[in-house]
Amino acid sequence: MNDNETTDQGTGTSLVRTSGEGREVLPASLITGVDQFENPGLPPHVHRAADDDPAAAKRAERQVATMFALSMLGTLVFIVSYFAVPDEATFFFPGIGLAKTQNVVLGLSLGFSIFFIGIGAVHWAKTLMSDEEVVEERHEQASSPEDRAKAVAVVNAGVESTQLPRRPLIKYSLGGALGLFALPLGLQVAGSLGPTDIEELKHTIWDVKDNGGKPIRLMRDPEMTPIRFDEVTSGSVFHVMPETLQKYLDEGKHVLEAKAKAAVILIRLDPDLIKVQKAKDWGVDGVVAYSKICTHVGCAVGLYEQQTHHLLCPCHQSTFDLTEDCAVIFGPAKRPLPQLKITVDDAGYLVAPEGFAEPVGPSFWERAR
Amino acid sequence: MNALAARRRHPAAIVVLLLLGLLVTGGAYSFLAPKDANAAATTAAADDVAKGKDLFIANCATCHGVAAQGTKSGPSLVGVGAASVDFQVGTGRMPLAGPNVQAPVNKVKFDDEQISALAAYVASLGPGPSVPDEKYTTVIQPGTPENNKAIAEGGQIFRVNCAMCHNFAGAGGALTRGKYAPALDNTTPKHIYEAMVTGPQSMPVFNDMNLTPESKQKVISYLKAQESQANVGGLTLGNLGPVSEGLFAWVFALGILIGCAVWLGKKAA
Repeated sequence: MNDNETTDQGTGTSLVRTSGEGREVLPASLITGVDQFENPGLPPHVHRAADDDPAAAKRAERQVATMFALSMLGTLVFIVSYFAVPDEATFFFPGIGLAKTQNVVLGLSLGFSIFFIGIGAVHWAKTLMSDEEVVEERHEQASSPEDRAKAVAVVNAGVESTQLPRRPLIKYSLGGALGLFALPLGLQVAGSLGPTDIEELKHTIWDVKDNGGKPIRLMRDPEMTPIRFDEVTSGSVFHVMPETLQKYLDEGKHVLEAKAKAAVILIRLDPDLIKVQKAKDWGVDGVVAYSKICTHVGCAVGLYEQQTHHLLCPCHQSTFDLTEDCAVIFGPAKRPLPQLKITVDDAGYLVAPEGFAEPVGPSFWERAR
Repeated sequence: MNALAARRRHPAAIVVLLLLGLLVTGGAYSFLAPKDANAAATTAAADDVAKGKDLFIANCATCHGVAAQGTKSGPSLVGVGAASVDFQVGTGRMPLAGPNVQAPVNKVKFDDEQISALAAYVASLGPGPSVPDEKYTTVIQPGTPENNKAIAEGGQIFRVNCAMCHNFAGAGGALTRGKYAPALDNTTPKHIYEAMVTGPQSMPVFNDMNLTPESKQKVISYLKAQESQANVGGLTLGNLGPVSEGLFAWVFALGILIGCAVWLGKKAA
């Protein structure tokens, strides 16, 4: 296609080639007189004050220089106040309140210094630099056949001088080396997609194997004191960690990893409200324990509405109904919160005899396996 | 009128119009919204319980029933305890001004004496949490190492048990269907304590065996210490975190950028 033509009408909206000087670009249709809207063309060029009046130009020059000078002033203020303003100084900033002097002065001075460089440059361009509209013709994109032939010859000569076509050993070994080099880059991406040990994802420290097979006591978070069954009065909520966390706290290692999957919420509601028999059986007289880790993306589900018996996740508003074994009734989560089976031990404390029956937290590919 | 008509296409016209609209709507709401019913009865009675009963029948029985047994419009108050009454009436939540998803904080309609009479009457109906001992509602002042430690522990307990609803800074937050966890900054230590033991409305109960009175005192002290701490970060924007801060950045930073772009695109005269 000719680069002077538009696609729709052959009758001639093509541009009239103008000489380099020209500012008037009119469609050919106007010249041939076809019945069309009149093309208004480009608006007439208006001279700026500084174009004609040397005094105005001088004034604009001074304005630009003033802005650059203000920028210098800003930078100097920054340098001086960096040393001069004490770290603990505060002042009352009208409309904002108490503010740290150093932050405000450093931020504003550095902001002003870059701001005035910017608007100085723009003001310079708008008032003094040439604002003539220029029409530039389009050209063929492709080079001439001779130039292309020359370029091909240069490349061929280069290939010939490396002797690659005659020495396949080098060619294939280089190919192998480069190809193999790409692997580590891909390997890092693939290797960081998840833990190599899937059991790690399924395991929590509620697993009784971690406690020598004995039932694990439910402890208050963060006090780490055991919870007696009779302390959980109706409407109560306890935030719970397993007894086995103490080992991690004492060692001071991997505490957050252990906590992240072990968080449990313990709630007492009227047992008659619980509609699912399994949920009743796994609790004690309306005291039920559920994983606090959302099955959507693993936020801590902690917002319990005592009157509706709904548990909300603060991240994406997934809502779990405690009376329906924590089934999802709203939001992006797809699975109910896993329930932790609890009983009361001989001393009257709440214990978890089995750990979780399914992996807690968000889904992963190997979850069902 | 001509001057107004001539300026109707001014760039500021839309802003002025929006502000005017908001002002009129807000003004109309505050004018038309239901006013507090003023029905405080003052009946002289020999002892607190009898006086409380009279007050109860005059002000609360419509919803809670004449024997506080509860009706369709209000729950039974048997066994809710004096703490519950002191919290609900002492913060102006009760008597309820009108049906709503949640009782909001309101003007307190009874004096201290009347509130304690009401509390004594409700407490006489069945055992429940009593108004807390002043020992545990005294705020621990920061300064000494052990006080600072207690306040820091209060912060830990607050973050585990309370922050998910009341926000990390106690600024409050939304629940479902218009319900909300209120901000805690203007709540007295006694009322915070009572809310924990009674679990008003959507809030679950944190009884004294779950969080010991000492723990509750630490939580209260943490909240009060946070309030009195000088905030040198300028505007808090409600301490709501990324939502309000992001909105601020979008509105103001983007506004300035758009202003710059408009100026850049304008031809010089």
